[in-house]
Amino acid sequence: MHRFQRLSTSFLLSGRFGRQRDPMEGAALEPRRGGQTVRFKAQGPARQCGGSKRYSTAEATVESRGNGEVRERTLTMETLNPNVKAVEYAVRGPIVIKAVELERGLQDGMKQPFAEVIKANIGDAHAMGQQPITFLRQVVALCTCPELLDSPSFPEDAKQRARRILQACGGKSLGSYSASQGVDCIRKDIATYVEQRDQGVSCNWDNVYLTTGASDGIMSILKLLVSGQGPSRTGVMIPIPQYPLYSAAISELEAVQVNYYLDEDHCWALDVNELHRAFHEAKHYCNPKVLCIINPGNPTGQVQSRKCIEDVLHFAFEEKLFVMADEVYQDNIYSSDCQFHSFKKVLYEMGPEYFKNVELASFHSTSKGYTGECGFRGGYMEVINMDPEVKAQLIKLLSVRLCPPVSGQAAMDIIVNPPQPGEPSFLQFHKEKTSVLSTLAEKAKLTESILNTIPGIKCNPVQGAMYAFPRIFIPPQAVGEAKMLGMPPDMMYCLRLLEDTGICIVPGSGFGQREGTFHFRMTILPTTEKLKLLLEKLAAFHIKFLQKYTALGEPSDKSPSGQAKAHHP
Amino acid sequence: MSTVAYCSFIWGSGYITARARTRTHRSLQKTEEQKRRIMSVLRKINPTLQRICICEQENLGRRAMQITRELKQGVKKPYKELVDVSIGDAHRGGMKPITFVRQVIAACIYPELLHDSALPADVKERAWRLMRECDGGSVGSYTEACGIPYVKSSVSDFITRRDGGVPASPENILISSGSQTALMFVLSLLVHGEGSAQTGVAFPVPTYSSFAMALDELGAEMVPYYLCEEEGWALRVEELRRAVRASGLHCTPRVLYVINPSNPTGNVQSRKIIEEVIRFAAEEKLVIMADEVYQDTVHEEGIDFVSYKRVLFELGPPYSESVQLASFHSVSKGFMGECGLRSGYVELVNLDPAVMEQACKWLSAGSCSAVTGQIALNIMVDPPRPGDPSYTMYSQEVKFKKDTLTCNVRRVQEVLEDIPGFTCQAVGGGFYAFPRLHLPQRAVQRAKELGLEADLLYCTRLLEEEGVCLEAGSSLGQKEGTHHIRLCLMTSTKTLEMVLKRLKRFHLRFLKEFA
Repeated sequence: MHRFQRLSTSFLLSGRFGRQRDPMEGAALEPRRGGQTVRFKAQGPARQCGGSKRYSTAEATVESRGNGEVRERTLTMETLNPNVKAVEYAVRGPIVIKAVELERGLQDGMKQPFAEVIKANIGDAHAMGQQPITFLRQVVALCTCPELLDSPSFPEDAKQRARRILQACGGKSLGSYSASQGVDCIRKDIATYVEQRDQGVSCNWDNVYLTTGASDGIMSILKLLVSGQGPSRTGVMIPIPQYPLYSAAISELEAVQVNYYLDEDHCWALDVNELHRAFHEAKHYCNPKVLCIINPGNPTGQVQSRKCIEDVLHFAFEEKLFVMADEVYQDNIYSSDCQFHSFKKVLYEMGPEYFKNVELASFHSTSKGYTGECGFRGGYMEVINMDPEVKAQLIKLLSVRLCPPVSGQAAMDIIVNPPQPGEPSFLQFHKEKTSVLSTLAEKAKLTESILNTIPGIKCNPVQGAMYAFPRIFIPPQAVGEAKMLGMPPDMMYCLRLLEDTGICIVPGSGFGQREGTFHFRMTILPTTEKLKLLLEKLAAFHIKFLQKYTALGEPSDKSPSGQAKAHHP
Repeated sequence: MSTVAYCSFIWGSGYITARARTRTHRSLQKTEEQKRRIMSVLRKINPTLQRICICEQENLGRRAMQITRELKQGVKKPYKELVDVSIGDAHRGGMKPITFVRQVIAACIYPELLHDSALPADVKERAWRLMRECDGGSVGSYTEACGIPYVKSSVSDFITRRDGGVPASPENILISSGSQTALMFVLSLLVHGEGSAQTGVAFPVPTYSSFAMALDELGAEMVPYYLCEEEGWALRVEELRRAVRASGLHCTPRVLYVINPSNPTGNVQSRKIIEEVIRFAAEEKLVIMADEVYQDTVHEEGIDFVSYKRVLFELGPPYSESVQLASFHSVSKGFMGECGLRSGYVELVNLDPAVMEQACKWLSAGSCSAVTGQIALNIMVDPPRPGDPSYTMYSQEVKFKKDTLTCNVRRVQEVLEDIPGFTCQAVGGGFYAFPRLHLPQRAVQRAKELGLEADLLYCTRLLEEEGVCLEAGSSLGQKEGTHHIRLCLMTSTKTLEMVLKRLKRFHLRFLKEFA
């Protein structure tokens, strides 16, 4: 608990003033602490006040000081870039830090009320035991170690793909830099894949850029879009709940976060009226020009209907918004009545006026889907209708980081160019792919149904992606206690859960939620057996938690507004 | 070819012409209506990014790619093969990867190989060891944002060994997707403020071009200091002082960037210089960013690489306790040459624990670096040891690369000495030669008419006529009125000979044409 408190405070503290050079500073021996004030994230990043005291001549600052003094350091909490301090990232936040601590403790033989830490906090499939797709690994291994191309233990179709990729690499080695946009032949394969996925809607490979995982692409595009000051500062519309990469990026870039709320009562659907509301309210204080959509949803797991996507695109067209479609879960669709529709295809079907005008960036990744290859850091984005001059700026921006890892690019190539019927690896590939996806579908169903049997927990169907985001009832007494501890109530809930059971999940407050409601996000990735155990433990904990806090307070059936009434015990 | 638009702030402006060019290009492609629509959202892109100056070298690189494609399609050229030695990319230059590295990575990616009798036992052992460190035993899992703890401690052990026992700690090491990413990361901790409070970053001229682009992207104030060509590109502290003091009038200098061994000049800093630089940084309260990615490639006999960290600690207090230092290394350079795997690390020295905590928190908002790269890094800092089955082969491969590079360095100096119009300072370390071009006045005049820097005109013509791609000194920064070229020497002997032959032929022709 102490550890947490320390962290949470340091997240909220931030130095108000940047370091000001003071000619008299040479005499000061104590580190400066004076300028520090408490800020809250909602206030936005601290800004330099600037210019209150300027040093007159450079010479005044370069006097050498006597030996033996304790020198003041240059990079301190006061001089640290204030945007760094403002960034928060729940998926790897204090709960996860605590989980790692507990795990190490267990390894060192420390006694805990549980035998292992179950991590359901992050969409990391292999960490939870999912097996890699053989064909993908074969091709990347062959590219890495081309001597193996002579080995009889690799199938011909894997060798053929590896040869083709190597042929396109400088010096025929994965060890050469590729072009910043990625290896040409992989970009072409992606374009072909996108065309097939979208039933023939054309895709120009020049609009395809390989990235270091999808997050790198999202960051680059956001970086491009942020400009202006005061009321003309770029506003970025993001869903609430959202994946915290977005809020972290927005705060790093000092953009304005514009929240639109997903409708929990309707399976977390996106309601265009809500987009209108958010947009028009935001116009008073910023210039909203980016609309981020996550489909299938993270953390909410909903799959958008075609109609809904059309409405969103129409709205973006009318309001001239740049659309960022995070479609990394496009292969993870579980409900039989849902289907993935890409934003690009729907845009095309809406007619040329839309298709030729709406600026759209779509992101994909090797980390999700049925491959779950997070460690390879592969991904791509397709950007359409971008002004050519801006495109040149984008390429320039990408080139600062040289290139995405080439082994990740090779892995991406296998996802877009898998074995075809008739090829030697097809049957095994198909079997593995189907097995991964059907297991995930079962676990999605299982998670949803068990969660809904627990009193005080209500979970929408997990239609896609890899997460359940149930709403939890937290008794007012517990809410009060959390307030006293200075942390969000669901954070306290998750922390207690971790300490009691070893289950690591992320509180809803890390993703954003409607005021007064509480949630958590758990992945559906643990093995079925472990997932059942997790849910069982969770149920027991939850009931105990409710009992403890309702017993503490006066027995009452009053439920505060906004709580999960139907399941109030 | 168009115009040089490198940093207008330092090297004169050509930016407007470059923008005008792309603008014409655009209006050809879009109708008015489309333009109205499209321009609506992105009319104002991030102004900081617009400041990243388009380096015309990029155009040269694009042209090189285009030529490669044309050659493939059978377009007739005066040469059959294009040679690109404009960047420090060993494998592209014909160097082979280290077998042990590739075997271990392949085995980690495809663990079936662990049953393959053809793989040496130490390869399998290492693969096992590393896979055990990955969640779920798979290289497909995320690692901790700042790297696999096991790899971090192997890096820390390596640093301690390298620095003759100066202690290092895994907690101060962050593994990143290449040293460039680590550089950006450290810079972004430090770069903020506006007006006179804006962070100034002192960096050497010449410097490889993506560093200046990184400063542009982050919105840092550039504080260039010039290396002294006449003294073998030595860093002179008086010049450093001049630059930093002068910049104090319009920004707050907080960072001092040094590259040792140098890219592009090949200068290797002596212990004495490093001491002076550290004292200077202490006086001025600058954070030192020491780019030491070429630490394994010192070719001059009798000179050893000494790290900033070591010198800092051997200076003792108060320096060793107060001067903040970030030291960078990478698998892309040295003898690995694994640029495509994207891995490197930074060691942070004397950082406040609270700042370190913030830095780690911030780092974790991104994801980890690619695991294959982290494996390569582990092998770089902990290679096979005497007695291991792979040791002989590993050390032979490394020796071969070292010998080839040393030989290439000698060879390039020999050849350039014989050609009129070249002077080349001694190349003590690193991957590159950075000879000075003495171009005829008429050539300089011609370049001016074309709106080009003369060395870029030279490189462009060389590319078109001989199929050799080099980097022009104007993209790296140079004193007004001087011209240089940079060529990568970490190539196979065959590649280098081809480059030198074509370069000589072209150079003599060029001199004659403009005589």
